[in-house]
Amino acid sequence: MFTKALSITAVAMTAVAAPAFADRDQLKIVGSSTVFPFSTTVAERFGKNTDFKTPVVESTGSGGGLKLFCAGVGEAHPDITNASRRIKSSEVEKCAANGINDIVEAKIGYDGIVLSNSKQATQFDLTLADIFLALAKDVPAEEEGKLQANPYVTWDQVNPQLPAVKIEVLGPPPTSGTRDAFVELAMEGGCKSVAWIKELKSTDRAAYKSLCHTIREDGAYVEAGENDNLIVQKLQANPAALGIFGFSFLEQNSDAVQGSKINGVAPEFEAIAEGTYPVSRSLYFYVKKDHVGVVPGVAEFLAEFTSEDAWGEEGYLADKGLIPMTEAERAEWAGKITGLSNLAM
Amino acid sequence: MTSTNTSFLKGQAHLTKRHRAETRFQMMGRFAIALSLAFLIFMVGSIFWQGKSALQTHQIALKLDLSAKNVDPADIRSARFDAIIKAALRETFPDATKRAEKRKLYGLVSTDAGFELRNQIEEDPSILGGTQIIWVSASDDVDIFSKGQIDRHVPESDRRLDDQQIGWIDNLAENGAIKSVFNTKFFTNGDSREPELAGILSALVGSALSLSVCFLLSFPIGILSAVYLEEFAPKNRWSDIIEININNLAAVPSIVFGLLGLSIFLSTFGLPRSSPLVGGMVLSLMTLPTIIIASRASLRAVPPSIREAALGMGASPVQATFHHVAPLALPGMFTGAIVGMARALGDTAPLLMIGMVAFIVDVPKSFLEPATALPVQIFLWADAPERAFLEKTSAAIIVLLLFLVLMNIAAIILRKKYELRF
Repeated sequence: MFTKALSITAVAMTAVAAPAFADRDQLKIVGSSTVFPFSTTVAERFGKNTDFKTPVVESTGSGGGLKLFCAGVGEAHPDITNASRRIKSSEVEKCAANGINDIVEAKIGYDGIVLSNSKQATQFDLTLADIFLALAKDVPAEEEGKLQANPYVTWDQVNPQLPAVKIEVLGPPPTSGTRDAFVELAMEGGCKSVAWIKELKSTDRAAYKSLCHTIREDGAYVEAGENDNLIVQKLQANPAALGIFGFSFLEQNSDAVQGSKINGVAPEFEAIAEGTYPVSRSLYFYVKKDHVGVVPGVAEFLAEFTSEDAWGEEGYLADKGLIPMTEAERAEWAGKITGLSNLAM
Repeated sequence: MTSTNTSFLKGQAHLTKRHRAETRFQMMGRFAIALSLAFLIFMVGSIFWQGKSALQTHQIALKLDLSAKNVDPADIRSARFDAIIKAALRETFPDATKRAEKRKLYGLVSTDAGFELRNQIEEDPSILGGTQIIWVSASDDVDIFSKGQIDRHVPESDRRLDDQQIGWIDNLAENGAIKSVFNTKFFTNGDSREPELAGILSALVGSALSLSVCFLLSFPIGILSAVYLEEFAPKNRWSDIIEININNLAAVPSIVFGLLGLSIFLSTFGLPRSSPLVGGMVLSLMTLPTIIIASRASLRAVPPSIREAALGMGASPVQATFHHVAPLALPGMFTGAIVGMARALGDTAPLLMIGMVAFIVDVPKSFLEPATALPVQIFLWADAPERAFLEKTSAAIIVLLLFLVLMNIAAIILRKKYELRF
């Protein structure tokens, strides 16, 4: 009975609600939690400095955002989605199936992923191969082409130059974009350094992927939740552990934690911007072209995001931890974005 | 004949054993309670300890040139307020000469300082036309440094503020140009990416709007369902199935209701995403079973003699229920509703699915405008990289706890004051 009454109420409310959002006057942005701090900063400034309403920015994750974005054209669907990875061709197809053919791609800068430990411990100097050997579920055995379950317990077993400390890494769970990027850049990077595994890539892609992308589950890698602040706090409490999180959290907590060098490069602003730090990824957002000119403020929001004040080397996004692109790249992308050129895969 | 029969004392050893077992059990019980109390005190204490500093914020006094060449009294809004503030900072600290140093210097005040200055001038245009000392908000780094949350003794490279910036702050402090004030912005602003500007008003209003929708839907529907099921429904297999289902629904994880809301309210009915209307509807799905169960229990607690007396005096079943039974059960129903609403107030999971986990600056003015909720705000702040959001998170938790305590006290008062005991 009550469900019936409820649905009657709901239907009645739909009738009231329908005209209210028929013409939306506020931008709707969804997507990655990594891009969220940057997107919201621009949204806030945009709302303050123009007569448009402050856009609503939802933190749904990259995949979730693209799913919402590709659901259709119209006021009920978001105008922009943020992503901490590039859109996949399957997602472009899904968009096209729902009538979204014109997507504008915008690259906004870079984000570094750091492996850090407490300042009370010594700084680590790792290679990508060390990371792979320490964290993969299966590692290459002595005999070429053979695998064994990861036998390493301490770091010095992985590489004699590393300290004799138990391997204990706190990192994000599989639902996180940071985890995806870490696996793709750090784990796979180290995995590829073994010659026969590299060959495996061309012969048996599935086996290669499962070998390089699977993180061990015997307790050496601890899933510490999506909250990077929590990982920082746990590192302070446990100087023996390493933690995986975004560069902006390292920057904010540089008095308590230090970033490990990877392939000899420390995670510093310049190193990530130049691309010498190996574990960095590009950040994007995608715009629905059909909404430009229909939902007020889309073009103006793009102009604000691509201004030097925002994404420039000394812009306010850099203060928030975004690693800017080079000047030439910025000029190229600003042209593409404000010119609303279509996504080219 | 009166000789004492001592045969039952043969079990003396057994008796002491039983006594000891009882003492042991009581000790364990006391220990368990003491332990949970200690955890509670530790949790609430640490939240209060971290959150109390969010009630204060720091302001910096600047000597601003507000003469007509900078601000035209006829057209105040055309003035470049940020430039005026930057000029004043450069004048106070002429040692900042290089571009990077100037950037650090400008970073002492909040990015909102220009807006604050404009508002102060618009409020009181008489301050125009000369040099004035104006207080503006300090940036979050200066604020938490002044609160002692940045240690000046760690090496320079490891601090958010370098030696030069700390020198400037010390200089300001010596001249009395930094003061600590009550943080009104925390209660009057919406969310912001700048910790010194972030407030909980939009989240509070969002929660209030969602909860009122939730109450308006779930209270009448819940109570009517309970009254019907308890007083009128025939007792057969169908009513048993319904009863079991309601009891099960009360235990369903709240995210499931969020998914239901996503597919029904958003996809089928096309209601606006992120709106308190949908939020309230989803929360009411969650609170309905709680209200129905509590209401039925309080109806059951009304003695049958009341019903029978009413019926005996010739009242119809509807009259007997609504004139005599339901009013007696009402305080219990309200208690159940308040407890259900308190649970709804603290829940984030169902709101995630319907788009209320969002960055919302503007305070929602209607049930259809995008809104967020108090626990969502806590979740978002806890995830923010800026150090200064730590105290905001704790302060927002204090506000949420305060509301939960208030609602529970209201439930207790209702029960104690109006509930009749038979």
